[in-house]
Amino acid sequence: MAEEQVSRIKKINATGAMKALMTEYFQELDRAGQDPGAKVAWCTSVGPAELLRSFGFYVYFPENHGAMLGSSRLAGDLIPAANAAGYSPDICSYLTSDIGSYLSRRTPLTPAFGMAGVPRPDLLVFNTNQCRDVKDWFGFYEREFGVPMVGIDTMRSIETVTANHLEGLIAQHRALIPTLEAVSGRKFDLDRLKAVVASSYRCTRLWKKVLRLAERRPSPITFFDGTIHMGPAVVLRGDPRAETYYETLIAELEARIAAGEGAVAGETYRFYWDGMPVWGKLREHAELFAGHGVCVTASTYCNSWIFEALGDADPFAGMARAYTELFIVRGEKYKLDYLERMVRDYGIDGVVYHDAKTCPNNSNNRYGLPERLAAKLGLPYVVINGDLNDLRLYSEEQARTQFEALVEQLREAGQPS
Amino acid sequence: MTGQDANTANELYCGVDVGASATKLVLLDAGGEVLARIVHPSGIDYRATAHRCRDEALAAIGAEAGRPAATIATGYGRHNVDFASGSLTEIHCHGVGCFHSSPRAISIIDIGGQDNKVIRLEPDGRRANFKMNRKCAAGTGAFLEEIALRLGLQLEELDPLAQGADETVKLSSFCTVFAKTEILAHLRQGAPVAGIVRGAFVSVVTRVLEMDSLLGDVLATGGVVAHNPGIVAILSEKLGRDVKVPPHPQFTGALGAALSAMSHTH
Repeated sequence: MAEEQVSRIKKINATGAMKALMTEYFQELDRAGQDPGAKVAWCTSVGPAELLRSFGFYVYFPENHGAMLGSSRLAGDLIPAANAAGYSPDICSYLTSDIGSYLSRRTPLTPAFGMAGVPRPDLLVFNTNQCRDVKDWFGFYEREFGVPMVGIDTMRSIETVTANHLEGLIAQHRALIPTLEAVSGRKFDLDRLKAVVASSYRCTRLWKKVLRLAERRPSPITFFDGTIHMGPAVVLRGDPRAETYYETLIAELEARIAAGEGAVAGETYRFYWDGMPVWGKLREHAELFAGHGVCVTASTYCNSWIFEALGDADPFAGMARAYTELFIVRGEKYKLDYLERMVRDYGIDGVVYHDAKTCPNNSNNRYGLPERLAAKLGLPYVVINGDLNDLRLYSEEQARTQFEALVEQLREAGQPS
Repeated sequence: MTGQDANTANELYCGVDVGASATKLVLLDAGGEVLARIVHPSGIDYRATAHRCRDEALAAIGAEAGRPAATIATGYGRHNVDFASGSLTEIHCHGVGCFHSSPRAISIIDIGGQDNKVIRLEPDGRRANFKMNRKCAAGTGAFLEEIALRLGLQLEELDPLAQGADETVKLSSFCTVFAKTEILAHLRQGAPVAGIVRGAFVSVVTRVLEMDSLLGDVLATGGVVAHNPGIVAILSEKLGRDVKVPPHPQFTGALGAALSAMSHTH
């Protein structure tokens, strides 16, 4: 039987503007990496980027590089180099891809953005809100480059974020200041921090608006689009250029809504994606779902870069709360309620849980959550085994069969959409 | 009988299940009666194997090639069947095929060459949910093939050995490769081959039972079940209730595909 040949995915015109902005960002980093007067800080993706920007650091995010190594499929060549250096194939494959990239001296930043290479860090700053692996990851570079590593140790599995949690986290943020002053050569400037946090907050509001537009039927954007267009919200939050970009994107998506156009032609079903993307299969997954009239409208992943607490008048309290309220930091009760809200808000017909072998903290199927949500909402789901970057852990045929079987199940049930 | 009825009465419906190990084909007449069942190893050319199965089935019933009014393909190679009018997953087709013989709420265990599935059906035949094994050959036909190879046995020798075993040699390793290493150790210690084979069967059953809490009547299908009734006996023993096997369990997916071809046509 012939498979779907013509793509049902409507391309986003703003992609060109986004690529131009990302190129600008990376080329600035490239210049900074070669300028002894400029300071480069490496930061975990949900680390205190605003604080770093307030000191004038050029901020580089290794996790963003990890995603690029996955989507370019270079990861498959590079992970073994990290494994051979003692980093297990069972730990974060962003970490092993990135360390493998460093050891092999290969990066997609050169062909994609003309960079000489990954910019050398002057400082490494982590937040363990996502996992312990980020600290071990940065620890490798601390030893390699001999530069300071500082960070925030966030507690995990929190149901309700309390004042007690925040008190310690605020103190940890403030404790970073002396190191940031020493490395940057600048004094801390509260007004400057407030300005950066305010920009980051505006960016987050705009990014949230982008994602919330997907509540409309048909949805003007898919999860797969989101994983690409979240780039500025990740690497340029606190920089007004990110805000400008999202205003452009929103205008295009609102025009789609006004014209009744969806991101997937003939949208029939709406799925939720929980867990990490399979970066090396992003395009295939997008086409596979769209080919069946499925729009993956919402995800935990893309929504993890919404930081509403940054609107707090106290920037330290705002950062501490924003980076602790994240889904990944929270307990199972919170996660169940969150997913239930998302399913209802976005009119979801089915849920895909990605059990990423090397990313337990982003794999939410391992403690019975899918079963509890299904029992509560009567919502069908599948769990696919795979990984964010290590395609050795992904079975194409099993995943395809499960995706298609989920669609069949909805058709069979006569599920409206 | 009107002309249209006569025409419909002559129509055939075809289901072809291109599995990882074997390709199974079922031809039905317009009344839903099975006219032919054909199975061949899938080999490396799924398209050619599907054609071979169809041609042999049509030759067996004396019909001319191209007579099926509709063909549904299923299984891993479902997208390679160029004469199919549509495709459905094996999860759907096993459900339809099993419900045909057991029209009630059932849990289906399908043990295939490279994967396992647990499919739950509602009393009206609609699918309630399904699960597939992880990306691991443990608990599948591939596991038994590897064990047979290590023990120097033909696949058809496994079941009589397991059923006649006086003891069960426990295999603790989850991984197929490590299980083979573990078997070496058992052989060195003089464990009986029959007991090791029975231990491998128990291992398959344990992996399957880990997938889901099985509700309602339980049916077992698939090539592994068809060729190894001992697996079903162990399943029943472990579950504490009778596990049923539909007629021609290796053809359940193909039957479901053929029945789907018929229902889609009408």
